[in-house]
Amino acid sequence: MYRYDEFDEQMVRERVAQFRGQVNRRLSGELLEDEFKPLRLQNGVYLQLHSYMLRTAIPYGQLSPRKLRQLARVARTFSKGYGHFTTRQNIQFHWVALKDVPAALDLLADVEMHSIQTSGNCIRNTSSDHFAGAARDGIRDPRPWCEIIRQWSTFHPEFAFLPRKFKIAVTAAETDRVAIRVHDIGLHMRLRGDVLGFEVHVGGGLGRTPVIASLVNEFVPEDCLLDYLEAIMRVYNLHGRRDNKFKARIKILVTELGPEEFTRQVEAEYAAQRPNEKIDLPRAEIDRIHAYFKLPDFAEKPETSAVFEAAKAADAGFARWAKNNLHPHIMPGYTSVTISLKPVGGTTGDMNADQMEKAADLSETYGFDDVRVTHTQNLVLPHVALDDLPTIYAELVAAGLATPNEGLITDMVVCPGLDFCTLANARSIPVGQAVQQVFADPDYQEDIGRLHVNISGCINACGHHHVGHIGILGVDKKGEEFYQISFGGRADEKAVIGTITGPGLRSEEVPGALKRVIDTYRSLRTSKDELFIDTLTRLGHDPFKEALYATD
Amino acid sequence: MPLIKHGAESADPWDYVEGEAELADGGYFTVRLSRFLAEAPTLADRNTRVGVRLVPDDDVEELVPYLQQVQLIEIDFPKYTDGRGYSQAQLLRRRHGYTGELRAVGHVLRDQIYYMNRSGIDAYETVRADLPSVLDALKEFSEVYQPGAGGQVSVFRKRHGS
Repeated sequence: MYRYDEFDEQMVRERVAQFRGQVNRRLSGELLEDEFKPLRLQNGVYLQLHSYMLRTAIPYGQLSPRKLRQLARVARTFSKGYGHFTTRQNIQFHWVALKDVPAALDLLADVEMHSIQTSGNCIRNTSSDHFAGAARDGIRDPRPWCEIIRQWSTFHPEFAFLPRKFKIAVTAAETDRVAIRVHDIGLHMRLRGDVLGFEVHVGGGLGRTPVIASLVNEFVPEDCLLDYLEAIMRVYNLHGRRDNKFKARIKILVTELGPEEFTRQVEAEYAAQRPNEKIDLPRAEIDRIHAYFKLPDFAEKPETSAVFEAAKAADAGFARWAKNNLHPHIMPGYTSVTISLKPVGGTTGDMNADQMEKAADLSETYGFDDVRVTHTQNLVLPHVALDDLPTIYAELVAAGLATPNEGLITDMVVCPGLDFCTLANARSIPVGQAVQQVFADPDYQEDIGRLHVNISGCINACGHHHVGHIGILGVDKKGEEFYQISFGGRADEKAVIGTITGPGLRSEEVPGALKRVIDTYRSLRTSKDELFIDTLTRLGHDPFKEALYATD
Repeated sequence: MPLIKHGAESADPWDYVEGEAELADGGYFTVRLSRFLAEAPTLADRNTRVGVRLVPDDDVEELVPYLQQVQLIEIDFPKYTDGRGYSQAQLLRRRHGYTGELRAVGHVLRDQIYYMNRSGIDAYETVRADLPSVLDALKEFSEVYQPGAGGQVSVFRKRHGS
């Protein structure tokens, strides 16, 4: 994992000092709220329905035991003892008082963390594959390049007041686990011979106008990447719309210009860069940052583990968890563990301080000090020996962290909704919980197989409803909450925006309607191997729409 | 509104002239880009100093042929949230080598001045910020992750000996 040097450390400390001054000037009235707002946002401080909320960056979802324990401390000291992991691999602390934010940022800085650019119209946290370095399908580890992008984009003087927020995601695997095609810039690492480069997708996004990104360049060699990003950012900063907040994202610029013209402008800007304008990233610096991400010294182990196999045979609960929550690892005898933050009836992505400390302990004892956050709001221990799984499982059970549902229907993405958010039109959390209840039976969930349900409480789509296999969007109709259902979305390498089925449902109708849809799928699939999304693709939406609106 | 440049409050002989109003002989005036371009052929023959005020919609490339003869370019930030001026400043300073005064006008607040300075702006007509607070703002960060207009060496390079 990357470690700060004295430059990084100084930068973060000076940022805290700067923000402490800004908070003091705001509290004394010297700064008007309107002038303070973008400053607090660029430090992750939101004013929500009940209180301020502090969003802290977890660059590319990378944590360590030390960092996780400090997040627990921040949660206890300044929030109500819990934090909420987000779809951009960050963590949010609700209930933080504005006057306490600088002290919270001090604690974060003590463990090389910050809230810089976690909101506002600037370049946000770069997200990445939570199995980076561990999964078998990654051609390289994307994290070093995410760290390079983090540094390049931090306090970038030209791009702090963009037309709108800007999100970059990077993957190195064929299976896209970070949804690059619905990001402002999605980078897919590619090899041409020995040269590493990036396939560049621009202009994806969700919100009220969902768009799948356009392929702008098939291969930007790694040593040109930052300069190429500069060219994209400048074209966007100068020409992105600023007349209408809802048309200000880069996806609208790409759509209005057309991908060809947009690409032409980027290429022209890139070609016009003079030597003195280049970012000048020395090879030695690329190598220095890569050195921090060397994989752990794994032990030589056989492909299978007798301890693991015996425990599965002895404990059906363990076997189920192992079946659902493990991901194949590059090394024989190792695996990646998903710690689900989606217990039935819980709040998606929430974790209390005790649980954070437990996960930190497990990572330290069994997981080479590595913990990741997924964009689907779970945690991952990427490097764990199969032999240790029974012990880890027992500890997770004791901590209430052993929900065996990774990728299943109850592993939903849910935004905070009207319970917390000023933008929301409808509640999300209770609807998600009600849907979970209907599918709570673990056998039923497993029978249904992999299926993504995403819920947003408003058109801004923080719950990524457009790219759920089943999407649920809360809308307000004359003071009453209704829920629009969409089918067929996906955020992976075959990204598609889901199609709205028809009129919205009342909240109490949603769980039963989804159950009818799911049971229709179970009756129509060719076998258990055909996933919901594949049956939907094969048969079209009609049978499922019919089921959705049928009366029991 | 104080004009702050080179670390001090500064007298300001320049006036901005809206539209097509007459420019008095011997004065210092800035005008909008369209007027500047129209009158540029005759400027050298006159006793009046004429600078340019750029607004966010202006294309700085149109000004490039005149950069040797212009002494002041103002970049207007009508709202501090409109960041196009940063790109305009970067283009003028770093791509086209403009060396005259580059002044931020409009909604210029203390907390944007650091970014303005790094983009190549060297004079600030501030809304409320006084000299001490501007000087504080300019030195809030000791290091930079990217090269900028001031020639400060980036951390990427500094780590390996500049």
